Amino acid sequence: MLIINCPYCGERPEIEFRYGGEAHIARPADPSALSDAEWTDFLYNRTNPKGKHAERWRHIHGCGRYFNAVRDTVSDFFVTTYKTGEARPDIEESAR
Amino acid sequence: MSEAARVSGPDLGHGHPYPGVSLAALAEGSKPSASASLKLLPATARLVFRGREAAIGPAGEAFGVALPREACRFNTNGTRSVLWLGPDEWILLAPGEGPAPLFAAIETATAGLPHALVDVSSRSVAFDLSGPKAGFVLNQGNPLDLSLDAFPVGMCTRTVFAKSEIVLRRTAPDSFVVDVWRSFAPYVWQLLEEARRGA
Repeated sequence: MLIINCPYCGERPEIEFRYGGEAHIARPADPSALSDAEWTDFLYNRTNPKGKHAERWRHIHGCGRYFNAVRDTVSDFFVTTYKTGEARPDIEESAR
Repeated sequence: MSEAARVSGPDLGHGHPYPGVSLAALAEGSKPSASASLKLLPATARLVFRGREAAIGPAGEAFGVALPREACRFNTNGTRSVLWLGPDEWILLAPGEGPAPLFAAIETATAGLPHALVDVSSRSVAFDLSGPKAGFVLNQGNPLDLSLDAFPVGMCTRTVFAKSEIVLRRTAPDSFVVDVWRSFAPYVWQLLEEARRGA
């Protein structure tokens, strides 16, 4: 079983977690000023990289908190996890 | 499961999860075992407290048990316990007490401070699982490392048991308390019974 390191609870089995989509997507401050294309981009378009991906996870059957993780979408390897609100770490430096 | 455990009728006892299975009847039919015994615990006042820094201290003082600040730990004073569930979330347990006076005392102590206090006394029921094989039995449905090093006495956490969410805490090296939502209780109980057969 995949082990995910919750920033609050420590290492826990994958089954306690839920995926929460791509991280670091900020809602536009003034949505009504956007064009339809820009709004569509915010709502639906994601980077979908092959490789390191910053994404949200929720420790739903644990502390219940959302946090961010950098995961390799090819190998499913969790490079690192960090609390919501913290900057995305430098991936190359933190890669193991 | 034996047919005797499928008791229906108006007396649904401690929990009344769904017609046809009474938790009270299941508990009565549970046989003690040298390896791991399962026991239904009496009704408990349960309050969920969520709050910011300023309200945490006063809430603990009003309850008589300090809210633990370390992740996944619980504090006990007499019969009362406070379990850490999240960075700003605790559950306050007072077995055999009514929730109303506790609720009033904590609300008075934290008046004006940002917090949320919710009475969830009826939401869940608690089982005690004790014996040298208690950890083994739990591991039939729970993936955590329950060795004493990884899950010491005084540790608590929300986790899973099979398809149900539970709150698990270790009260002694050979004793765990499983707190499970009422409607999931017969499911978890019966799976624990099944696991005990192999212990």
